[in-house]
Amino acid sequence: MLEACGIGYRYRGKMWLFRDINMRIQPGEIVGLFGPSGSGKTTLAKVMAGYLRPVEGYIVVDGQTSTDRYPFLKRRKLSLTKEKKKGPNPVQLIWQHPENAVNPRWRMSKTLAEAGVTDRHLLHTLGIHDEWLIRRPHELSGGELQRFCLARSLGPQTKYLIADEMTTMLDALTQAQIWHALLHIVKQRQIGLLVISHDKHLLHRISDRLINLNALAAQSAAQSLD
Amino acid sequence: MSDRLIDRGTFLRKFTFNRRQRALFVAMSMVLFLTGMVAGGVFLGPENLAVNLDNRNRPPALEHLFGTDWLGRDMFVRTLKGLTTSFGVGVAASLLSTLIALGLSLLTSWHRMIDQVITWLIDLFLSVPHIVILILISFALGGGFKGVVIGLAFTHWPSLTRLLRAEVLQTQSAEYVRISQQLGKSRLWIARHHFLPQLISQMLVGFILLFPHVILHEAALSFLGFGLSPEEPAIGIILSESMGYLSTGMWWLAFFPGLSLLLMVVAFNLLGRNVRRLLDPYQDHQ
Repeated sequence: MLEACGIGYRYRGKMWLFRDINMRIQPGEIVGLFGPSGSGKTTLAKVMAGYLRPVEGYIVVDGQTSTDRYPFLKRRKLSLTKEKKKGPNPVQLIWQHPENAVNPRWRMSKTLAEAGVTDRHLLHTLGIHDEWLIRRPHELSGGELQRFCLARSLGPQTKYLIADEMTTMLDALTQAQIWHALLHIVKQRQIGLLVISHDKHLLHRISDRLINLNALAAQSAAQSLD
Repeated sequence: MSDRLIDRGTFLRKFTFNRRQRALFVAMSMVLFLTGMVAGGVFLGPENLAVNLDNRNRPPALEHLFGTDWLGRDMFVRTLKGLTTSFGVGVAASLLSTLIALGLSLLTSWHRMIDQVITWLIDLFLSVPHIVILILISFALGGGFKGVVIGLAFTHWPSLTRLLRAEVLQTQSAEYVRISQQLGKSRLWIARHHFLPQLISQMLVGFILLFPHVILHEAALSFLGFGLSPEEPAIGIILSESMGYLSTGMWWLAFFPGLSLLLMVVAFNLLGRNVRRLLDPYQDHQ
């Protein structure tokens, strides 16, 4: 289970973006998260995926907190991402712009090799053609690149996936294909999926349950007032 | 009228080269020029430097292009030998400097504190005139080839380090590097696979553009007497020796070696700029 316990985050010198957020994602569960622009959806995603260290609270992944895994973090105020040494994070994040998320100098095969993804079957399910593997990112379209980004984050260690506006930049057909493939894999491997999107129809269609980030924040604020 | 203009346009296009072709042409000719210089210095044997007292103090002529000195040695051969020495010093010192710059710039990605320390070091070294530290290090190491090269290497890394550090900093904040960290890749792996390929073109250009600096500083150091030992054929030595003879009207002793050194420096500069133009066309537009 991926748990957010009392997560709060603020950028340096700014107001609290959100505080005391609690959230749970079970393996195999698909949770949709929405909220107005600027409400901190992406920041929350980065905190959950370990890119940012929460200012308050902690993340628990299958019973392990981030500070369990990295006990020295409590003493030394270093960011979680910088001190990681123990292999891939079980929580992986899919970014909105796939063209920024792959090294432009590498062939796609190396990008996959970086994540240790060798499963041919996975690539085929995601609709990746073999001849794309020897290409460089600028020789692929956004949809094709996003498939690679998905494949990369679906390494054997991945237990939870956070998709932050994953298909917003893509056309409807590609969007449908990618989601079909991903939902299939997620069900098969019992991966917990957090989907962040502005697209209500998409969220209603695929999610087991929906979370409104604003409502969540208001709820926790009300609780703390009581 | 308009037909003529079009004709002229197509005619010109056939016989002009675009920017990239020009850059390639200039770079190639500079490489040829420099290899010619160095090959001349390497393959001319020491017998060409023989003392010939019958032939002393000759002004430039066809027989001795750069004239002869007070011992009757051919100045053209001495100059070529000197340039070859300069080239050798240049290669060694630039290579060392580049390696220092690479190491330090990769280190900046380790931690913010290390980055601050290295930035401070860069500012420190850039704020003191090169030649002062250079004399200090070279003198402390007892001069000679080793002293000069180490002195040059330890004074010429800062500007290149600053460039490479900026590149590392930019790459470090790229999404694909953050993802790489989340995929559990070590710093060393990221430095080797993400940063290093990004730095190679800058490094190559920086390496070539270090040459002119290094060569001029070597000549200055040898001229002042803190550099290469007097028996070595170096431009700095030739120039400082010629000082005593200039007042007697033997202008060629200083003029031609100095001019050759300048030409070599210009050639390296042109080479570096054009290599950059080839490798990094975007930066050239700025």
